[in-house]
Amino acid sequence: MRFTKDHEWVEVAGDVATIGVTAYAAEQLGDVVFVELPPVGKAVKVGDNLAVVESVKAASDVYAPIAGEVVAVNDELTGTPETVNAEPESGGWFAKLKLSDPGAVDALMDRDAYEAFLGTL
Amino acid sequence: MRYLPLTPDDRAAMLAAVGAPDIDALFTDVPKAARLTGPVDLPLHKGEIEVERELAALAAKNRSGAQGPFFCGAGAYRHHVPSSVDHLIQRSEFLTSYTPYQPEIAQGTLQALFEFQSQVAALTGMEVANASMYDGSTAAAEGVMMAHRITKRPKAVLSGGLHPQYAEAIATLAHVAGVDIVRQPLVIDGEADVIGAIDAETSCVVVQTPNVFGTAGDLTAIAEAAHAAGALMIVVVTEAVSLGLLKSPGEMGADIVAAEGQSIGNALNYGGPYVGLFATRERFIRQAPGRLCGETVDAEGRRGFVLTLSTREQHIRRDKATSNICTNSGLCALAFTIHMTMLGEAGLRQLAAVNHAQARKLTTALGAIPDVEVLTPRFFNEIAVRLPVPAAELVEALAGFGILAGVPVSRLAPDAGLDDVLLLAATELTTDADIAALIKALAGALA
Repeated sequence: MRFTKDHEWVEVAGDVATIGVTAYAAEQLGDVVFVELPPVGKAVKVGDNLAVVESVKAASDVYAPIAGEVVAVNDELTGTPETVNAEPESGGWFAKLKLSDPGAVDALMDRDAYEAFLGTL
Repeated sequence: MRYLPLTPDDRAAMLAAVGAPDIDALFTDVPKAARLTGPVDLPLHKGEIEVERELAALAAKNRSGAQGPFFCGAGAYRHHVPSSVDHLIQRSEFLTSYTPYQPEIAQGTLQALFEFQSQVAALTGMEVANASMYDGSTAAAEGVMMAHRITKRPKAVLSGGLHPQYAEAIATLAHVAGVDIVRQPLVIDGEADVIGAIDAETSCVVVQTPNVFGTAGDLTAIAEAAHAAGALMIVVVTEAVSLGLLKSPGEMGADIVAAEGQSIGNALNYGGPYVGLFATRERFIRQAPGRLCGETVDAEGRRGFVLTLSTREQHIRRDKATSNICTNSGLCALAFTIHMTMLGEAGLRQLAAVNHAQARKLTTALGAIPDVEVLTPRFFNEIAVRLPVPAAELVEALAGFGILAGVPVSRLAPDAGLDDVLLLAATELTTDADIAALIKALAGALA
């Protein structure tokens, strides 16, 4: 699993990346009440708006940490957005992207680097 | 708050900090022709008595809507506002509180807004209403931008029965959101004409009932055509009292209702402040503009009220907010709610029936004048008539007799070629004597 400074995580299997927000982000957001997911088929570049996660106190953008095309979204979150809080780094995933360049994920932080980054916040 | 003007030393220090020799140097970017070269020619200060005298003389030049027969409508209606409304809204707990920014401490304000929303939803036949917008026209513009967000399509079709000033407000606000506005020509009974303009690029059709010419109609077929093409139907209502008699927009398939609420609980107020009613379907609520008050329970299980979905508003979401409105028409909405509560369902129906009855008398009397043609086929409390002379001239002539005969269409749409069309409204305040005075003066002026 790889991480960004915007607190997204990426897990790559073959040429498909699963994307979500980290446990740290989920805790900072508070109770998640709504998740707005992208349409399947949407092509995103690094930094593009991928989703919106809304808690009782804020609505925040989730940015694409890596470029690709949306091939699946986690529709479960529409009915049970609290999964983002309960299982941020597993069941609370947002979208799956088919990657044009799977190697690009190596540029992101590994868990140790992300933990070290969190220590600086 | 104390007013502490800057000292010359303060000014000098600030000018030195920005590197300007004097205050005039700060205005060098303003073209010379637009700059003042000397002091403004204003009279000197006066004592309170003199000021009162001068202002009273100015005020005496006005003619109030309550001073005689009054038939003006076209989006702003003279109705009776019970004195209890003014009395209650002037309680300081309501009068001094602005739109709540620390909302939960103002439970009374929130409860009033919650009741307001419930009333608007019931009146419009919709599932959910917000805590109000500035007025009907900006509510309509917000509706168009909302349809654009939901459908991600570029075009909005405005019917020829839509109030021209609403169309202007929509065009002004929605074009910055990237919406293409298609305005159909003004037609007395042309709502259904929007159907032919719906295509795959259409986000919404905007129709009004009763329309600007007073024509009321069933919009169900328009909703069906819009929905079949994946577009939304926005229904505009400028006379909220009509909702007491007519089929509700919700029953006709509206996706968004944008209405002017002035008619209930609010005086004409020189054209504002007014209160925009905004209602929609529950599935669209996250794309709705403005604030929404919700009912909940506190930690001890007691009923309470909160602002909900505020996370979509500008003070939190900044440039990605659903709308740039970050407030509401709190006091006008409260006046609406108090009047509506006093009326109740039966009272509103009765009020609407009286309005319609007076309008029928007016229409019959006008229709009996040779050379006056009643144009509106089905009306609530307002009609359009064709005159043998320009309507604006006739209105001027009758104003000389203390009669405000209505609104010439040329005032709303100078280039529509409808200079001979006059809009006249009747309400519960229109007496039989008012109608008789109008007819007599009108017949005299046209003779």
